[in-house]
Amino acid sequence: MVFKLPPDAPHLQYEPVIGLEVHVQLLTATKIFCSCSTRFGDPPNTNTCPVCLGLPGALPVLNRKAVEFAALAAMVLGCRINETSVFARKNYFYPDLPKGFQISQYDKPLAESGGIEVPTSQGNKKIGITRVHLEEDAGKSLHDGFAGSDTTAIDLNRSGVPLIEIVSEPDIASPQEAYEYLNRLKEILVYTGVSDCNMEEGSLRCDANISVRPRGQTTFGTKAEIKNINSFRFIRDALEYEISRQIEVLEAGGTITQETRLYNPDEGKTYSMRSKEQAHDYRYFPEPDLLPLLLNAKRRAEIQSMQPELPEALRNRLIAEHGISAQDAAVLTSNKMLADQFERAAKAAKNPKRVAGLVQNELMGRLKAKGLAIEHSPITMDGVALSADLVESGAISGKMLKDLYDLCFERSQDFPDVYEQTGRPQQSSDTSALEKIVREVFAANPKQREQYRGGKETLHAFFVGQVMKASKGQANPQLVNRLTRYPGRVPATGDKVEIEGRTGQFEVVSVDEEHWQAEVRPLAGADASELALWSLLRLVAY
Amino acid sequence: MKVTEKEVAHVAGLANLELTAEESARMLHDLNAILSYIDRLNQMETANVQPLAQAPGLMIPGEAADDCARDDIEGGLRKSLPREEALENAPASDGTFFRVPKVIER
Repeated sequence: MVFKLPPDAPHLQYEPVIGLEVHVQLLTATKIFCSCSTRFGDPPNTNTCPVCLGLPGALPVLNRKAVEFAALAAMVLGCRINETSVFARKNYFYPDLPKGFQISQYDKPLAESGGIEVPTSQGNKKIGITRVHLEEDAGKSLHDGFAGSDTTAIDLNRSGVPLIEIVSEPDIASPQEAYEYLNRLKEILVYTGVSDCNMEEGSLRCDANISVRPRGQTTFGTKAEIKNINSFRFIRDALEYEISRQIEVLEAGGTITQETRLYNPDEGKTYSMRSKEQAHDYRYFPEPDLLPLLLNAKRRAEIQSMQPELPEALRNRLIAEHGISAQDAAVLTSNKMLADQFERAAKAAKNPKRVAGLVQNELMGRLKAKGLAIEHSPITMDGVALSADLVESGAISGKMLKDLYDLCFERSQDFPDVYEQTGRPQQSSDTSALEKIVREVFAANPKQREQYRGGKETLHAFFVGQVMKASKGQANPQLVNRLTRYPGRVPATGDKVEIEGRTGQFEVVSVDEEHWQAEVRPLAGADASELALWSLLRLVAY
Repeated sequence: MKVTEKEVAHVAGLANLELTAEESARMLHDLNAILSYIDRLNQMETANVQPLAQAPGLMIPGEAADDCARDDIEGGLRKSLPREEALENAPASDGTFFRVPKVIER
C-alpha cells in the first residue's frame, strides 16, 4: 500500500535513510554451542540438551564449522575479520530464551567494515556492511493454534542454532535499494554455501531501521524499527508505507517516536508495538564460559581458501569463456546448482554456445509455459548437452529437437531417456550427410533404381556398396543398410505405411519432399508414442 | 553514594526481581559497598594490562583459539535428551511443548 502523491508533493522534499539487520542461519549440522541437531521440522523439543535448555552448570563448546561459515560469509561480504572477537551475554527475559541471556557478540564482533555492490537505476552502488557477528538463535513461541488455552507453547529445537547477524550501514536510500541489497546478499550467501537463506524456514530474517529527513540535511531523523517481515517484497512494501507515514507525521507538525513497528502484509501497514517505552538495556558483558575467539593469519588464510566463485565473477567468466550473452549468463547463474550443471554440460558439449542457446530458446519458453522453475525442468543440463551435440553433429534436425523437447515435457522425462525411447531418431533432412549421399546414389543410378523399385531385391547390396564407397567407408553400415531400403517412390498423403523397426501401421498426413520427411499418425495397433515426423527413408510398404 | 534507590529499582526491574522496601535498602547498601571497592581497584595502573574476562584467557597459545572448538558432528559431544527428560523439570508442559503463561509484550 503506497500513497500516491502528486509530483510536487512533500515526499520529494524528504529522503529516506534505511539500514537493514539481517539474521542468517548457518548451514551447520549441529548447534553453535552443543551437539544437538539443527534439522528443521523435527518434532518439538527433541533436539535439546542441558546446554541449549539453559540448565544450570551446562557449558558451551563452540562449533568450529559455525566459525568457519561465519568468517567465510564475512569475507565474501568484504569485511575485515578481527583477529580476536569476544562472545558476550545479551541479557533479557523471554520464555523462548531459557538461559535469560543470548550469547552474541558486542563490542568485539567477528568482522567489520565490508560492503556489497548493489544494482540501482543509476548503476551499481556500494552498500556498506558495518559488522558481521556470531550469535545463537532463541527457541520458538507458539501463541496461536491452541484454542481456549491461556498458555504459550515453547519449542526449544531452535534454541542455540548458529546465526550471523549482518548489519548494514544506513546507506540504503530507497525501498527498491533495500530489496536489491537483500537479493544480492542472499545470492552471495547461498553461493558461498554458508546458508540456504530459506525465509519460510526462518533461515533468513530481516529487520529494517528507517527514518526520513529533509533533503540536504546531514543529521538523521528519528528512526523506527520494522520487525517480523517475512519476504523481500513485504520489506519493500513496508518501507514504502513507513516512509509515507513518517513524512505525513512530520508534515502535520508531529514528531516521529523511536519505536518498534510490525508490518501487516494484508493491510500493507505498519503498527506500533507500543511495548518498549524504556530503551533496551541488555547489560552486555563478556561471556565468561567462552574464550575470546582468535583467528590468526594462518586460520584466516585457510578459511579464505574455501571461498567459492561469486555470482558476479561467475557471470563474467561464463560470458568470456563460453561466449554467451549477459541475459543467458544471468538466467544460468540464478542458482549455483544450475550454474554448475551448465558449466559441466558446456564443457562436455562440443559447442557451449549451442548449449546456452538451447537453454534460452528452447528450454526457458517451455518451462514458462508449464509454470516450472528451471530447477524442476524435466530436461537437465546433461540432457541439453546431449541434444546440443546431436544437433551439432547433424544427427538430428532443429525441428526434431523441438519435437523431442515437447515429448520430454509431455512425459516429464529427461532428454536422453526420450531420445532412447524414440529409438534414437536420426535426422532425415538434407543436412544429414549420409542421407544426402543415399539420395545422390539413387539419382546417379536411375536404371538400377527402377529395377530395385520393380522388386529386384538383389540390387539392395549394390546400393549399399555404392553408398559405402561414396562415403569413403566412413558411414555406419547398419545405417546405410536401412537407409538404402528406399522404396522408390515418394508416399502421398493418405498412404498407409510402416516404419522400419516399428510395429503397426501409420497414415501419412503430409510430406515434405525437400527435406525427405513425412508426418504420420499412428493407426490402430501402432505405437502411438512414436514421433510424428519420420524420414521418408524409413517408411516402408506403401 | 554511587547508586540511588531509583537505580536499584531499575536494575531490579531488568532482572525481573520484586524487592520489598527492606530488601531494596539492603541492596542499595551492598551495591554501594561493592562500587566503593571497585573505586579502590580503579586506582590501580592498568594501562599495560590486557583485559581478562575469562580465567583461561591468558592460556591461549599462539594458535587459533578455535583449536579448542568442536567438530560439527551430531551427538558428537553429547546426545540430545529424550523429550520426556527435556520437559521433566519444567513447571508446566503438555508432553510436547513447554507451556508458559501467555506471553504479553511488556
